[in-house]
Amino acid sequence: MSQPFRLNKEGLINRNKKISFTFNGKKLFGYEGDTIASALIANGIHLVGRSFKYHRPRGFFGAGAEEPNAKLQVEFNGHSEPNVNATEMELVEGLSATSQNCWPSVNFDIGAINNFLKMFFPAGFYYKTFMWPKSFWYKIYEPFIRKAAGLGVASLEKDKERYEHKFEYCDLLVTGSGPSGLASAYAAAKNGAKVILAEDKPRFGGTLLSDDVSIDNLSGKDWAEKIVSELKSMPNVTVKNRSQVFGYYDHNMLVMFERVSDHLEKKSKFTPRQRLWYIRAKETILSTGSIERPIVFGNNDTPGIFLSAAAKEYMKVYGVLVGKKPLIFTNNDSAYETALDFKKNNVEPIILDTREEHSSELIDEAKSKGIDIRFSHGVIVANGYKKVKSAKIGKLTKDKNSFEKMETIECDCICVSGFWTPSVHLASQSGNKLKYEEKIDAFIPDKKKQQETSVGASNGSFTLEESLKHGFENGSNLSAKITETKTEISIPNVNEKKYGAHDKFWCMPLPKNENPKRFVDFQNDVSVSDIEIALREGYRSIEHVKRYTTLGMATDQGRTSNLNGLQLVSNIENKIVPEVGHTTFRPPFTPITIGTIVGREVGMEYMPTRKTPMHKWHKKNNAVFVDAGAWKRPRYYKQGNETLFEASKREAKNVRENVGICDVTTLGKIDIKGPDAAEFLNRVYTNAWMKLPVGKARYGLMLREDGIVMDDGTTTRISENHYHMTTTTAQAGNVLSHLEYYLQIVWPELNVNVVSTTEQWAGAAIAGPKSRDMLSKLYPDLDVSNDALPFMGYKEADFFGVQSRIFRISFSGELAFEINVKSDHGIFMWEKMMEIGKEFGNQPYGTEALSTLRIEMGHVAGPELDGRTIPLDVSLNGLVSKKKDFIGKNSLGREAFNIESRQKIVGLIPIDRKSSIPEGSHIVQDQNAKLPIPKLGHVSSSCWSVENNNPFSLAIMKDGKNMIGKKFFAVSPLKNKSIEVEVISSHYVDPEGKRVRS
Amino acid sequence: MLYIKCPYCGLRAQKEFSYGGDATVKRPNINEEVSSKDWDNFVYMRKSPRGKHVELWQHIAGCRQWIKVQRDTATHEIFQTAKVTEEIR
Repeated sequence: MSQPFRLNKEGLINRNKKISFTFNGKKLFGYEGDTIASALIANGIHLVGRSFKYHRPRGFFGAGAEEPNAKLQVEFNGHSEPNVNATEMELVEGLSATSQNCWPSVNFDIGAINNFLKMFFPAGFYYKTFMWPKSFWYKIYEPFIRKAAGLGVASLEKDKERYEHKFEYCDLLVTGSGPSGLASAYAAAKNGAKVILAEDKPRFGGTLLSDDVSIDNLSGKDWAEKIVSELKSMPNVTVKNRSQVFGYYDHNMLVMFERVSDHLEKKSKFTPRQRLWYIRAKETILSTGSIERPIVFGNNDTPGIFLSAAAKEYMKVYGVLVGKKPLIFTNNDSAYETALDFKKNNVEPIILDTREEHSSELIDEAKSKGIDIRFSHGVIVANGYKKVKSAKIGKLTKDKNSFEKMETIECDCICVSGFWTPSVHLASQSGNKLKYEEKIDAFIPDKKKQQETSVGASNGSFTLEESLKHGFENGSNLSAKITETKTEISIPNVNEKKYGAHDKFWCMPLPKNENPKRFVDFQNDVSVSDIEIALREGYRSIEHVKRYTTLGMATDQGRTSNLNGLQLVSNIENKIVPEVGHTTFRPPFTPITIGTIVGREVGMEYMPTRKTPMHKWHKKNNAVFVDAGAWKRPRYYKQGNETLFEASKREAKNVRENVGICDVTTLGKIDIKGPDAAEFLNRVYTNAWMKLPVGKARYGLMLREDGIVMDDGTTTRISENHYHMTTTTAQAGNVLSHLEYYLQIVWPELNVNVVSTTEQWAGAAIAGPKSRDMLSKLYPDLDVSNDALPFMGYKEADFFGVQSRIFRISFSGELAFEINVKSDHGIFMWEKMMEIGKEFGNQPYGTEALSTLRIEMGHVAGPELDGRTIPLDVSLNGLVSKKKDFIGKNSLGREAFNIESRQKIVGLIPIDRKSSIPEGSHIVQDQNAKLPIPKLGHVSSSCWSVENNNPFSLAIMKDGKNMIGKKFFAVSPLKNKSIEVEVISSHYVDPEGKRVRS
Repeated sequence: MLYIKCPYCGLRAQKEFSYGGDATVKRPNINEEVSSKDWDNFVYMRKSPRGKHVELWQHIAGCRQWIKVQRDTATHEIFQTAKVTEEIR
């Protein structure tokens, strides 16, 4: 098992630890510290994927986040993840990686036929081709495109990993640990600032790891190590590797993605896989560095073609050669360093430099080492299908539009450098309008909108000396403003090579009669000709060109393609780049997992669960729960093999015949206190509240200012200036905010305080003809007769040694009472009721039976008070005072609210007395009428009336009251049902309300 | 993810607040005769300015106070926050 492209010594990998993995089923090995990419290249594997549109063979191009091609499906730690960047993912034991977007295999991909049909797949192809016939889109085109253009495959299994969120605050956040980032963090830390230093890669140091430089007589790598270890020892500094700051949001909120354990073979159960950090930073240093950009030439996407800095990083960090016969193709000096590193490792490179023959420190050094340099030369087209075999090179004429001569030379890799692009993504996200810097032919940050400062290469300074100086100065100054301490630091001596000027040259011309693809954007397969087509077809704005060609729209966000695309557009349009402008940078900088975004908020942790004090009892007694907002409420108590329908019928029937108890803890409760409490209620509710005596409850209706019913409930006067308001479970929070709004903003002169007491009280309703008998046993010393405790009466009494409140209110329409005790005594109350209720046939009932009881009584609830109904619609206009003003009163005069035929609440029963009517059904006159059938109303609530033993529904229906006695159809296309129904009164049981007063 | 200074509690994350609309809208007085037009303006009509906007927020997961926030609707810059009883100029 030899690795033909692994160097013997070079690199920062741990050669003592071999790691085995598989690629497309083949067993391979690498070393600890390898990425999947470096391990594969060491094994001589370059063909890793197929391109998006043409399915062309693709290999590695970069060595980090800039990689456009090498996206793999990776299985490790028991899960499968698509679109993993092979150049970033660290090797772990047992990892298995497979190529994406190819079938049946990466070596033989049927989709590659697209490559030979490429004249049919130009820019805008999808827009033009799949427009007609329209009906083909869903069934034929879309599934086909999705399959053909797919990236990886998302796992269908539940993600068993743990993800976390963390909130952090700091004085200074430094994003990137290259020379300028280290210097900034160090200076700020010395000033006593709270610093977070974030590095995307596993190793700190950035370019210091691969550049041939020295700082204070230390190698770049050693200096970085020294600074990092000192920073780590300081209590005011958090140093994080494998952590990418990917988003810059409002008010200096930055979001960071930490890969906590993806690189670990074994980890403890509670170690998260990844962590999302929300960091609120007072100041941010953006030291995100720069990304090399390619020069565009023919077949420039062939495997074996690399960015020159990536080739250097593979040698210096991973000890891996990207090839043994390298061609270096450059327009600047930095690629010479790659050439020198090849030479150092006994590989003979050939340099093709687009510039005319001239001299610089690096050129002279390369010459003195005997490296073959060919000036005014460039690669015209790369030959080889699955790997570079040779290249046709040419000597450029003086105008660089054609060739003086051409020849073909053998090579096994091409390392290309078209100069450097500052990574301005975070600065741009922060709102910084970028400016074009002529000197480096790229955009750099300009005027800041937030507290951010770009330093080093991300600000366009490409020398080590300048980067360090920037870093130290900015880190020191920014932090000194916050800590008011300034520690002097001497800027270290630097030894680096001086670069000459680069050539403003981005795209090789093509010789006559040759037309190979020249790719600008590799990941989305956008070529020079695609951009030319877009412009020819009239797209001018760079944003439109981007959308039409998909340039820069892939997951790599065009890191290696944006500027070349802009140069092309500006050349064709005869404009300068700043006039063309740039497209918008958006977070995330690189793709992050959905798991990280979601964090721990999955399953039961998706939202808080609210349980009543009686929850455990319900559970023990076979309650089936239903979610009511965050609350868990018993829906029914299952006996034996009962269905929901059978159980709820039994429970409801028992209430009508005997007595039942229901947990009503979840109702919203608001304490209202103060001398102006009555006046306040009078303004909040539609009915009159000034004369409610102490010890009495009243049903109240509240509106929004637009006249729509907001909520209903009872409010009880506990004492002179103390009221207890109940709201529906769902509206509790909204009602409290509503009351606070009016007290704090509209009527601050009212001396009233409100506070939620929902969780302070446990509540149980006792309902049914035998409820008074049961109550008298629960309160043996209390007079509970109709005279002493009439309907809407209230008493406070001792409940077996526990303080309690008794309200005679009813939702079920039966004789009923509601008992409240302090939450801690809830379970005691409930068990006592179960024990004492036995002799009266008491049974607990859930929300399903509760609904049945209220529906057949015609009591409205959420489905009727749905944000579209006014009091008149739900027959509650009797509660609307004509004498006084209240919230929403003015709106009730609106014309639309006073039309005679306006919607009203009615009851519906099926003609056959058997078919239950689905909720949400539409009421129509003629079910066979021509579409669209005029809709007369809708079914809001449905139940099986236990009193009449047939289905019954409530409906909101146009001119409802005048429809009583008429027949219609309730149609539910969703359930594919149409039921003939008769309209009746909404009060199906006890319309006079005798029972509640009995 | 705004950072809002509650005049009672200090700087807090946006998560703790809920939005309450234009703070300059004045409800007609209770029991006051209002023309339909004025009432409709109060209930429905809101400006949607680009730029400075004085709006209400409630510190719902904090002190529960309604507060005034002067914010740039385009850039989210917050210029000033105040108690509802205070003026923002």
